[in-house]
Amino acid sequence: MAEKLEVKELDSVAVRFSGDSGDGMQLAGNIFSTISATVGNSISTFPDYPADIRAPQGSLTGVSGFQVHIGANKVYTPGDKCDVLVAMNAAALKTQYKYAKPNATIIIDTDAFKEADLQKAAFTTNDPLKEMGIDPDRVIACSITTMVKDCLADSGMDPKSVFKCRNMFALGLVSWLFSRDLKIAFNYLTEKFAKKPGVAEANIKVIQAGYDFGANTHSSAANVYRIESKVKEPGRYMDITGNKATAYGLIAAAEKAGLKLYLGSYPITPATDILHELSKHKSLGVVTVQCEDEIAGCASAVGASFAGALACTSTSGPGICLKSEAMNLAVIMELPLVVLDVQRGGPATGLPTKSEQTDLLQCLFGRNGESPMPVMAATSPTDCFDAAYNACKIALEHMTPVVLLTDAYVANGSGAFKLPNLAEFPAINPPYVPESMKGTWTPYMRTENGTRNWAVPGREGFQHILGGLEKDDKTGAISTAPENHDLMTRKRQAKIDNIEVPDLEVIGDKNADLLIVGFGGTYGHLRAAMEEMAAQGKKVALAHFKYINPLPKNTAKVLKSFKKVVVAEQNMGQLAAFLRMKVDGFVPYQFNEVKGQPFVVAELVEAFNKILNA
Amino acid sequence: MSYTAQDFKKGQPRWCPGCGDHFFLASLQKAMAEIGVAPYETAVISGIGCSSRLPHYMATYGMNTIHGRAAAIATGAKVANPKLTVWQISGDGDGLAIGGNHFIHANRRNIDLNMVLLNNRIYGLTKGQYSPTSPRGFVSKSSPYGTVEDPFRPAELCFGARGHFFARAVATDDAGINHILKAAYNHKGASVCEILQNCVIFNNGTHDAVYKPTDRKKNAIYVEHGKPLIFGENNEFGLVQDGFGLKVVKIGENGITEKDILVHDAKCQDNTLQLKLALMGDGDGFPIALGVIRDVEAPTYNDAVYAQIEEVSAAKKYHNFAELLETNDIWEVK
Repeated sequence: MAEKLEVKELDSVAVRFSGDSGDGMQLAGNIFSTISATVGNSISTFPDYPADIRAPQGSLTGVSGFQVHIGANKVYTPGDKCDVLVAMNAAALKTQYKYAKPNATIIIDTDAFKEADLQKAAFTTNDPLKEMGIDPDRVIACSITTMVKDCLADSGMDPKSVFKCRNMFALGLVSWLFSRDLKIAFNYLTEKFAKKPGVAEANIKVIQAGYDFGANTHSSAANVYRIESKVKEPGRYMDITGNKATAYGLIAAAEKAGLKLYLGSYPITPATDILHELSKHKSLGVVTVQCEDEIAGCASAVGASFAGALACTSTSGPGICLKSEAMNLAVIMELPLVVLDVQRGGPATGLPTKSEQTDLLQCLFGRNGESPMPVMAATSPTDCFDAAYNACKIALEHMTPVVLLTDAYVANGSGAFKLPNLAEFPAINPPYVPESMKGTWTPYMRTENGTRNWAVPGREGFQHILGGLEKDDKTGAISTAPENHDLMTRKRQAKIDNIEVPDLEVIGDKNADLLIVGFGGTYGHLRAAMEEMAAQGKKVALAHFKYINPLPKNTAKVLKSFKKVVVAEQNMGQLAAFLRMKVDGFVPYQFNEVKGQPFVVAELVEAFNKILNA
Repeated sequence: MSYTAQDFKKGQPRWCPGCGDHFFLASLQKAMAEIGVAPYETAVISGIGCSSRLPHYMATYGMNTIHGRAAAIATGAKVANPKLTVWQISGDGDGLAIGGNHFIHANRRNIDLNMVLLNNRIYGLTKGQYSPTSPRGFVSKSSPYGTVEDPFRPAELCFGARGHFFARAVATDDAGINHILKAAYNHKGASVCEILQNCVIFNNGTHDAVYKPTDRKKNAIYVEHGKPLIFGENNEFGLVQDGFGLKVVKIGENGITEKDILVHDAKCQDNTLQLKLALMGDGDGFPIALGVIRDVEAPTYNDAVYAQIEEVSAAKKYHNFAELLETNDIWEVK
């Protein structure tokens, strides 16, 4: 009954699609975020998937979720808790309800809440809503499976294919709830299934059915929502995940530098999508080698770098352990190398699909000898593009391996990516040895900023031998001379220390009572917490590190100009420890959490308020 | 442009006097000059160990890298820059112990590398521990009562990894080395050259059976594709097939003539008999096989990578970053 329907205008809303791993929740979520982004909403998404490939259907361990946060203003995170939860089966409701706000609208497929489903989901009664304390008035309970079957009865599709369209019904229903224009979804599906027009047609039909169901029965829902876009940055956009943005950053840097892109890699969650993405783009001349192990992934990249390519290797924490020796070789040989560490929960195999920031100290210090190496961290899915580009630029221009830290959250999450114009990006100029030095050049001669020259094999008159043994500063021959080793150690250190990185930016109140400090993938949550506190009238600011080694030159000045500083990170205090080592007398408060899940903004605000009041 | 060995020489080798590496280095430089690839288009890549010092004495491009990783590093160099001629130098510890995984995968992938395995059956640089090619019972500093493990036989590893080229020479045998290095260079794909090399300090005499020309005459057989497998001081012996194995026969005895002798086929896809040749001479009454034992053509990884790039490039419509962006679902905010 339309007159009962309340249209709520919201600043932002989070929708969580959840179901079995094979239920296509990610596709539904992606289409929903694309539709929303197209009308100018800000978007942020995050998939939460199980480590098992395909747990038994309907089981608690097999549930995967995909959360989409859309906002009228800028959204920085996928949202703490969702306003709408779609649960495609009983197990999904059981495991995902904790991510729903107390007043959230719940959409369930009653066909997947039969006795057997309830048993698999460890419900003890036949009334799961009551058992979980969910108010039935907030629930849109519909027999999605049955309606999808009816809708596609004449399609000639087999039952399995029909069943797979359930996600589109949910999408249609959610689209109605948010008054979304379905045309965009139809176009998306028509393009995605261009080679299977039957599948596209079926999906479109089911979305429409879901939408119509919502429109026809809306009295069962408490409200529909509108999210008007308030800040629009004109331009052309695409939805991009962090891993894809990283891959794009590498491709862009290689093109800008005029170099072949080489990736040596070994499959590892959650970094493998970088290998997948780059493997696709052979028409750009990208060379990917899936190696026999992590060691070879990195070692082959060192070989490729020596031979004149922009060489990269991608991995997660366990892979960094294995790559360390070849990374160290690149340090002493002073060859460019980009090491991508998509951090996950550790130690050892740890939590492969979950997110942490626990590799920072490993990347800074986890090698034998004095082994200085630039370390950077990407702050969001779209920032992965800039970060990867800049990592390549530093590696190539300073002849050094560079670690770029991302994490499972940033890598798998997505955001609206404004298409970059490569012409506007800074040039990348590796220090190739000038032809004039033929006959006089030795491999460890240095340019003004302390970088050695790059002489790529194939150039006549510049033959030289590099290696893992210490070399004489002047001749480049093996040397164990005490003074020379000391000198070379200092030169390698100075080369890294001299790399210019942008100043640390203070966002928010410059006279804040509390400065929040973080690095990498927690940016969105820390920013959202800071803004929420500022809205409450608190004097707070945020300084977020993208460059950790070398630190921005103004680091000490910034950190010491606030009365209270809290370093918040998803580890036990690694950045805090590094800052205390680098900034004399710096004693921050700490907020540490290693749950494998993104920070929860509400918890941050509570913790930071406590520090403010302490 | 023609080269001499001098064009490939650099510095003063620091190996022990009498070390087999000295002999091999001289033969390698001479063979490279005769092969005629410019020093600036050549990369010599080694791991760590006595023999891995070799690149420092070459006037080519090169790297003396980290222990065991030479094959992986050489793989990256060759795939990234296929115009380079890449020689990979490893000892038995570097190549078959810590680097065993990379050794087999370089062979399996058939990267166009010339892989030299200097086998002295000992860890020399760390001063005398048994290696993965030391025989069972071998007494060393780390096995004072003898080892209790069987060694790798390099050919077996190479063949097990579907290797397409295996050859063997003795470090002191310049002509033998020259022959197999040229064959390795001419072979497109991974080629393994096992060099039997003496360590005068920690494993002196390990290859005595074949180290001197007179002993080789007695104890070795030079195998050559298309030639009968004949050996002996007076070429009086030959090899024949015997059931599932090989047998040594004396020509002229029991009605055996040269026509009965097995003819070597290095090009045979099936490596069964090649493996039998490669494993001979382990105190079993057979001679040690020297020369090119297996040399079979197969597609190389590096060629296939670039063929695929070309093929995909022709089929795809995007060839730069800007065009790549356009392949995505794009929306416009006005």
